[in-house]
Amino acid sequence: MKLTGSQVVAEILIEHGVDTVFGYPGGTVLNVFDALYEYRDQIHGVLTAHEQGASHAADGYARATGKPGVVVATSGPGATNLVTGLATAMIDSVPVIAITANVPDSLIGRDAFQEISIVGITMPITKHNFFVNRIEDLPKAMHDAFRIATTGRKGPVLIDITKDVTAAKIDYKPGVYHEETKGIPKVQSDDLQKIADIINGAKRPVIYYGGGIRAAKAADELNALMAKADIPSTYTIMAAGAVDADDPRNMGLIGMHGTVAANKAMDKADVMIALGTRFSDRVALNPKKFAKKATKIQVDIDQSEINKNVLVDYSIVGDVKDFLQQLLPLIEENEHKEWIEEVTEMRRSINTPEDGKLHPQNIIRTIGDNTDKETLYVTDVGQHQMWAAQYLKHERTGNFITSGGLGTMGFGYGAAIGAQIGMPDRRVIHITGDGSFHMNLNEACTAVSEGLPIITVIMNNTVLGMVYQWQTIFYGKRYAGTTPERKTDFVKLAEGFGAKGYRATTPEEFEEVFKEALKADGPVWIDCVIDQEERVLPMIPAGGSTEDMIIG
Amino acid sequence: MNNETKREVISIYVDNQANVLARVVSLYGRRGFNIDSLTVSETTDPTISRITVVFKGTEQGLAQILSQTEKLEVVRRIFVLEPGASLFRELLMMKVKAEPEDLAHIKDIVEVYRGKIIDLSTDSMIVELTGEPGKIDGFIAMMSGYHISEVCRTGITGMGRGLDPDNENVQALPR
Repeated sequence: MKLTGSQVVAEILIEHGVDTVFGYPGGTVLNVFDALYEYRDQIHGVLTAHEQGASHAADGYARATGKPGVVVATSGPGATNLVTGLATAMIDSVPVIAITANVPDSLIGRDAFQEISIVGITMPITKHNFFVNRIEDLPKAMHDAFRIATTGRKGPVLIDITKDVTAAKIDYKPGVYHEETKGIPKVQSDDLQKIADIINGAKRPVIYYGGGIRAAKAADELNALMAKADIPSTYTIMAAGAVDADDPRNMGLIGMHGTVAANKAMDKADVMIALGTRFSDRVALNPKKFAKKATKIQVDIDQSEINKNVLVDYSIVGDVKDFLQQLLPLIEENEHKEWIEEVTEMRRSINTPEDGKLHPQNIIRTIGDNTDKETLYVTDVGQHQMWAAQYLKHERTGNFITSGGLGTMGFGYGAAIGAQIGMPDRRVIHITGDGSFHMNLNEACTAVSEGLPIITVIMNNTVLGMVYQWQTIFYGKRYAGTTPERKTDFVKLAEGFGAKGYRATTPEEFEEVFKEALKADGPVWIDCVIDQEERVLPMIPAGGSTEDMIIG
Repeated sequence: MNNETKREVISIYVDNQANVLARVVSLYGRRGFNIDSLTVSETTDPTISRITVVFKGTEQGLAQILSQTEKLEVVRRIFVLEPGASLFRELLMMKVKAEPEDLAHIKDIVEVYRGKIIDLSTDSMIVELTGEPGKIDGFIAMMSGYHISEVCRTGITGMGRGLDPDNENVQALPR
């Protein structure tokens, strides 16, 4: 069957189960959009306001569904607008396929209109990328892109196709493709027995887990290990929900804004088991002091994560689910009653000030009380993100969608749109701040066009809260660039976009409008007026240790 | 783990395609690895190239460089060339401004180092020398009394002693 390059792209997308693409058209990518029009019964094309929004939508779609998210953009500025989205997906190991078209091959290298070497630009922020200027190379590049994005440690892959290739014809046979994958090493049994012995002999063990638990769908095995060996656990923001918030062995979030319990337990532990996590500088703030008394065990699918930031005593490279399944039979039933009591005594409970005012705590609590555990919570980046991480009662892995590694302000709305389109039957709550939301609120037009009932809760303190907080604590209250004096009326703005807008200034008002918002069938914004002095606590300053913790 | 820095020589088999060198070099640049030298050429299989990288680093740094490089999709195989079990060579070209009265002495030095004078003009000559990097350094030191006009070194390339079955059929190497 003779197909054009663009038809081949569409055919291969369908072969890999893609039914939705996010994107924005333009000159060089016209042929691809034309094919998407032809295949519109099978592939839903979502037009965003900006390519950055489309890239975050593909990311949010992937995080919500577990399937790769696809974004299509034109050359030049269309392609460069994907950069932040790809970098966000890269550091959080999210499978995203980005397809860009470039100028015709005959113009490559001549600074043609809207020509850019997006392969050169995205080399450091993709797992791999392809420049396709020969039609014969297109099918393999497309198939390889899906294989690379979705196997091993997942990540984004970009395919840049010259415009002439999108029109050129090729004899394409679907389904003739043999997968070849860089093998994931099998977990070795010698190491396993040794590790099991160390865990069985531990007096003060802790488990510290991250996004790998979510990527490997290993929450059940993790909970089984915690129960059998009676080990308390702490998590990074990437893994919220893998262990039920109310589990007595759950110590909460670790790191800069983690709980006192989790951070102190890490100091005292004699054995630390790190599962699918990378000891980032927001967790191991001082890598030399992290779990300093513990025998350290690290399991990760990515060999390069072993000993990268913190040196460990034992390591296993492989799938964390496979590891846990093999480890569990070697683990003895155990009890660490005193240790668990000691560490969970330090657990932070939500103290909502009862002064009748609207606070982050009562906003998050009201959201939690009025939504079920199927709900997807998507955040932007900043104070509101930390409050959401700290105060939401995470019950299920994968329900908390946030830009963990890159900390991308403006991620939230696009990601919420992607999540809602990927999971139309589940409620999506987008929790943001006025700073982050100003970055990409233009995607409201997408939410309106697509009729998405996303509820956006804006924690509006009129300042760039997280930086403001650092300036308050570390810069003698010199508020440079954080007090913009904006006069944005979010209620009117929502209405201007064709969405619904509410404002809440008290806990009662918030509860009332949130319940109203739940009944709406399109996007709703709730502008929540909070005090600019609200802080995210506890806090360990960058590079510090538990001794430097600011509790409040 | 040992924190001492030492020189390491790494051999990498990669897919011979556009951008492959950029992928390797940009990885090292952004991960903060300091490359001393880098050579690259096609193997007997035109679809596969071999890169030799020399860098100074700690044991932890070496482990990182190996595992980060191995993650690249274009990398087929990566291995360390251990000093005791490998041979290293480098090629030097040196242009010397030579007065007629210096010629004989320079020829003597070149001979001792088993180099070759590959070009002789009225005012200058070009010397070619192949050998272990230490030998090249020694030759340059010996010549320092003369007016060295230009120096070009290829950087180290190397090979392990004895047959390595993994390198026999590079096309069959797994991705």
